[in-house]
Amino acid sequence: MGKDNAMQLQMDKEKVTGGIRARRVVANIVLVLICLLCLIWFYLLFINASRSRADLSMGSFRVLPGNYFFKNFYNLMHNSSLTIWRGMLNSIIISGGTAVLCTYFSTLSAYAIHAYDFKLKGVLFTFILLIMTIPTQVSALGFIKLMRVVHLTDTFVPLILPSIAAPVTFFYMKQYMDSTLPIQIVEAARIDGSGEFRTFNTIVLPMMKPAIAVQAIFTFVGSWNNYFTPALILKSEENKTLPILIAKLRSADFLKFDMGQVYMMILLSIFPVIVVYLALSKFIVGGVALGSVKG
Amino acid sequence: MSQVKKGKVVSFNKWGYIFLIPFFVTYLFFQLVPLVTTFYYGFFEYYEKGIKDYGPYFYGIKNYIALFSGKLLLKYSLNTLIMWIIGFIPQIAVSLLLGAWFSDARLRLKAAAVYKVIIYLPNLIMASAFSMLFFTLFDDNGPVNGLLMALNIVPEGEPFRFFRYTLSSRSLVGFMNFLMWFGNTTILLMAGMLGIDQSLYEAAEVDGATPTQVFWRITLPLLRPILVYVVITSLIGGLQMFDVPQILTNGAGTPADSTTTLIMFLNNNISGNVNYGVGGALSVVLFIITGVLSMIVYKVSTQKED
Repeated sequence: MGKDNAMQLQMDKEKVTGGIRARRVVANIVLVLICLLCLIWFYLLFINASRSRADLSMGSFRVLPGNYFFKNFYNLMHNSSLTIWRGMLNSIIISGGTAVLCTYFSTLSAYAIHAYDFKLKGVLFTFILLIMTIPTQVSALGFIKLMRVVHLTDTFVPLILPSIAAPVTFFYMKQYMDSTLPIQIVEAARIDGSGEFRTFNTIVLPMMKPAIAVQAIFTFVGSWNNYFTPALILKSEENKTLPILIAKLRSADFLKFDMGQVYMMILLSIFPVIVVYLALSKFIVGGVALGSVKG
Repeated sequence: MSQVKKGKVVSFNKWGYIFLIPFFVTYLFFQLVPLVTTFYYGFFEYYEKGIKDYGPYFYGIKNYIALFSGKLLLKYSLNTLIMWIIGFIPQIAVSLLLGAWFSDARLRLKAAAVYKVIIYLPNLIMASAFSMLFFTLFDDNGPVNGLLMALNIVPEGEPFRFFRYTLSSRSLVGFMNFLMWFGNTTILLMAGMLGIDQSLYEAAEVDGATPTQVFWRITLPLLRPILVYVVITSLIGGLQMFDVPQILTNGAGTPADSTTTLIMFLNNNISGNVNYGVGGALSVVLFIITGVLSMIVYKVSTQKED
């Protein structure tokens, strides 16, 4: 009887591990297919960016790359109607400036709420949480009007400076401080005679490096990809950013364009982000869940 | 003794206010003032006519009456909602499945980290460039039609015109939204699933529950708060849908205005010749919808902590 039971248990166990093995195979197959669904577009982009104009105009599907990759790159760089270098430089200046200001001041604001006790603390904290979900689009109308009044239209200022007040980044920094920044360290610095602002810059900021890195990437990418606000603010050709140039490409009668250049332009717009992401993906994917509600 | 200490604490705490000055000054100037003026313009008849302005003349709530009695607001709301649903249904289904697999300790997927990196990738891609890519790939003369012809799915020389039909145009927008957001949702749901007490799963295993039963009876009910959070935040994001349909249809919302979203409607009123009155009223409507949805998120996420 005991032996039967033991055998039964052994069989059950094998059944269970066998079941898990089968499930693991199914899961891996489905996941590989889903990953292919995510990646195929970038592969097609790369293939098409390496094909000649004549080949692309035939509209056929190719699996292997052509040998026009560098030719298309060269043609695009020397295309006088598309200021791509300028656009890339503009995008880098705006995104870089945004990332620096946003992470520094969000950390400072979060530190103010985290480290000090003052009368309006609760009210101000709640206020920042409440404004977190207001989309920028709903105030865009007044925003353009105000920028016209103060003569900031067609400059980078309205695209960089507002990032000082970024409730989402603030919230992330606050969450991170709650879990990693003990107030005793600040107190120790005070005993050593360090001023409050200096303490923040020399002690708090370095301790926040991991969170700042994650948020700097997110802010940079968000600004790099942003189309709505820059399209409303930037008017002159030499100030346009990459998404606006892409939109311009779309609104031109694109069949007259060399499609090899069109694909190359798309590739150059998204390539920098892919490279940075793959290099730092470990931090980014881990950082996504942290910024959300506590699960 | 305590008096001295208290005095000292207060003197430090003024720095709390000082450090918040940049945030609030910036917010006041770049966000709050524009928000208030936007709402203010909603009560005026005021628009640009070439180089001259018409107005502002006080108009009461006539902009709102025009907005709600006209067909456009309803039509564009429905467009936005339909395209959001087309993307969201596969998004939540796939994310739940993948989240369950990633958080299943017994499944031990060796390549889980690689999978996560890949499925999150589309979220970081410039939406306008991604749309331009889809526009070229799904063009009548593009490689997707080339493939369909090579496989004899459509006859040679008669490409399937994706951008001519309402369903295929909306589906492409929905599909792109799905691609860009399911990785994000998967990671959020996975974090929620990892937070579920493991002993519940062990107990279920002892009782002989199948993985399907475990998913429907344990994972899903316990995941309800984070599911509500995911649905509502996705809906708030869906309301802001702009880049993809704008670039895909060159701002025209083709075919026959069937892919024009609410933000494209707003954009039509504030780029080029600005219509302050209509744009302002529309902004207020969007603000109120987002506000109501946000209150639900706020309620749900604070509920758990009680």
